[in-house]
Amino acid sequence: MTTIEKPTKKKEPVLVVVQLSGGNDFMNTVIPFTEGIYYDNRPLVGISEDKSLPFTDTLAWHPSAAAFKRIYEKGNMAIIQGVGTEHASRSHFRAMDIWHTCEPEIVATEGWLAKVIREIDPGSENPVTAVNFGRGLPRALAAPGVTATSIGDLDNYGLMSGIQLQEERNRDLQIFQRMYTPAIGSGQVMNYLSQTGQNVLSGAEMLAEAPRMYKSKVEYADNPIAKALRDVVRVHTAGLGTRIFYTSHAGYDHHAQEVPGHAKLLTELTDAIEDFMQDLRDHDAAEEVNVLIFTEFGRRIKDNGSGTDHGTGGGAFLIGENVKGGLYSEYPSLAPADWVFGEDMDFTIDFRSVYSTILNQWMGLDPVDIVGGQFEQFNPYTKTMV
Amino acid sequence: MTTSNATDLSLMAHLLRRAGFGSDRDELERYAEKNYEEVVDALLSPDKFEDVEEEVLTRYYPHLHAAIDNPASWNGRWFYRMINTKKPLEEKMTLFWHSVFATGWTKSEHTPTIVDHIQMLRENCMANFRELLMGISKDPAMIFWLDNNENHGTAINENYGREILELFSMGISNYTEDDIKSAARAFTGWTYEQPIPLYPYGQRSVKFLFREDDHDFEEKTFLGHTGNLDGGDIIDIIAEQEATARFIGRHLYNFFVADDAQVPAWSIEPPADQQAIDDMVKTWMDSKADIREVLRTMFNSDWFKAARFKHVKSPTEFVAGVLKLSGEYAEPGPSLHTLEGTIVAMGQKLMDPPSVEGWHTGKEWIDGGTLTERINYAVDTLNDLSKPGVKAIADRIRGAGDSTTPAQLVDQVLDLIGPLEVRPDTRETLITHAETEGSLDWTSEASTKASEARVVRMLTLVVSTREFQFA
Repeated sequence: MTTIEKPTKKKEPVLVVVQLSGGNDFMNTVIPFTEGIYYDNRPLVGISEDKSLPFTDTLAWHPSAAAFKRIYEKGNMAIIQGVGTEHASRSHFRAMDIWHTCEPEIVATEGWLAKVIREIDPGSENPVTAVNFGRGLPRALAAPGVTATSIGDLDNYGLMSGIQLQEERNRDLQIFQRMYTPAIGSGQVMNYLSQTGQNVLSGAEMLAEAPRMYKSKVEYADNPIAKALRDVVRVHTAGLGTRIFYTSHAGYDHHAQEVPGHAKLLTELTDAIEDFMQDLRDHDAAEEVNVLIFTEFGRRIKDNGSGTDHGTGGGAFLIGENVKGGLYSEYPSLAPADWVFGEDMDFTIDFRSVYSTILNQWMGLDPVDIVGGQFEQFNPYTKTMV
Repeated sequence: MTTSNATDLSLMAHLLRRAGFGSDRDELERYAEKNYEEVVDALLSPDKFEDVEEEVLTRYYPHLHAAIDNPASWNGRWFYRMINTKKPLEEKMTLFWHSVFATGWTKSEHTPTIVDHIQMLRENCMANFRELLMGISKDPAMIFWLDNNENHGTAINENYGREILELFSMGISNYTEDDIKSAARAFTGWTYEQPIPLYPYGQRSVKFLFREDDHDFEEKTFLGHTGNLDGGDIIDIIAEQEATARFIGRHLYNFFVADDAQVPAWSIEPPADQQAIDDMVKTWMDSKADIREVLRTMFNSDWFKAARFKHVKSPTEFVAGVLKLSGEYAEPGPSLHTLEGTIVAMGQKLMDPPSVEGWHTGKEWIDGGTLTERINYAVDTLNDLSKPGVKAIADRIRGAGDSTTPAQLVDQVLDLIGPLEVRPDTRETLITHAETEGSLDWTSEASTKASEARVVRMLTLVVSTREFQFA
């Protein structure tokens, strides 16, 4: 049963971005289980055919990704194989930076999603147009003059959240609001601080309602990604006009102990996504939501005796009721002759093609300025909201 | 007790916020017993003071060992230094050079190498600029960060040759693409010894190596000088350029004096204070690039003394400043490494700058998320009477009389945490709030307890002000 009022106006498309930090091992997520070369190169981390979960003649899911297998079989998941870019970097930071700013060759300060916020809400009227769950704002959402909200803990969000007594906190917030009143002649930086402080207050006020309105039958697991995705549902169903959600799932840098480590993360991630989709459907709020799961790079084909080192081509996933399920682009070639740097599988699709497709077809925006050029699109949607 | 008046204290507090990480009141009063230039001289002479005994951290808390491949341990150790150092300017200059020669842990993924890099910056932080450039040019973390290990006699990689000019010394538009190529050629063969494999040997430091067989010994022309130039010659030529003095002077101004435009705009936007830059350039040229003398000119100048609260604190300055006030970590603590997460949430991760350009500064530190983190961190840290620094503030206010009026409460808290200068309307708002509960009474045990709680509450409000974001 839900008490949430149905939005009367047309539903606006929403994008949920899930960042897998550290470099998810795509090859061990979507496994080419018929290739001898996979097993030859991965004596330690390779997953045997009998353990994996085949879903095509040549590809199988990691045994801990059973939830993804179910979503895929429902036809709600596009697997984009071999995502990368020509100027890839093996540095986590640099690679992530490229994904966040769409600038492979220079260091840029404007995040791609910040540019989207600017398009959607040019006057910065809604402080929760974009919401990140995690500590600190990811670079993708940051740009001068763009407002985005970052939430560490939705149940305890906002300024002075450490003040235990609600009465004291409320009074502090009132004083804060008075102290952060923009005043003539106080200087540009002081005014900017005032404005930012006021935005934080109004954003927090809006968000405070979300947990109170939410009821759900879905029981999420107790881990950070499940909690973050549940928070996405809570804010989304509160109807605050949030169009972009962002969260990260960390720990994919499996140089060592990959076998147990990767299995644990994939269980957390895939179960959380499945619960999330169910929760959205229960709230009649799934149709307008598209999830993008990405990582900064894939990992090398050869294992190092304990894990795998940073590689090139990775993989991304699009999930949603309106996604045309299937495989997109091509699985990176395993043939040694095609390896780059003599050890990496090459990418087969530029990450900016993925962004352009989402921006253009899902969000209804012109992607050229946001991603910095024309990139070939593919067609992963059965229906769009725009 | 001190005989200095409040003006002296304000000026001294300003110097300590900029040349260090702030101070508690006792420390401030001790410094203020000396005259200003004497203190500047002491700050410029770190060798006269004892080093922080950092090894004690490892002894108490093995997880803080710097060799562990986790920069959080190292960041925690660095905070311990910032808070406890007897030579604050040395630590501040180390942070300054780290912001200029921004080199990241993420690319090397080899913590000891970056730890060595920071130590090299510390040892050379007030040296002649030549020594500093030589230090970074031979630094394995920098060599890897800017690909100079891929810069070969037969095939140059221009990355380091370009950045040493563009970001580390002269700034764009003061040299040609040919100068970049010559610089790159002069640094060919400047590489590092083969690292010991990470697996299974763990983290090991890497050492500089000059490979003669990979060096280009042919004639080169660089900024009008022609000859068989090598990296050392390039550094000598760079250090004597006025453009270098201007560029580093502007960096010093932006870091220590007042927020200016971001580095990429410097070739088009004039400096915020041209006179200040000219003064530093003159000292640089007269002293032949002696950083210590340039710093002396800066700290003793009128434009420095006048620039109070013209600088938005970086996350590191903010957190270290709050910890100086709270009096925590005077002894090693097991949670030092968590301070990394604290500054990361505010947008800065030491040893992991966003790019070779370093961090953007000033108001770019502030967005809704980082402002929330800053305020909540300051409030949560100081909302605790058991912290020695918080107790000391309450004790001082109690010691000033049997009763404290609302206005006195506000003014004394502002004074004791800075002195912090706030706008009149901010002060009025705080006083109006304090008036709702009347004066503080310190005559009985019960009323003292209540009064102490009100001091703590006022303290948390004062550190939530806009003004507290500035140094």
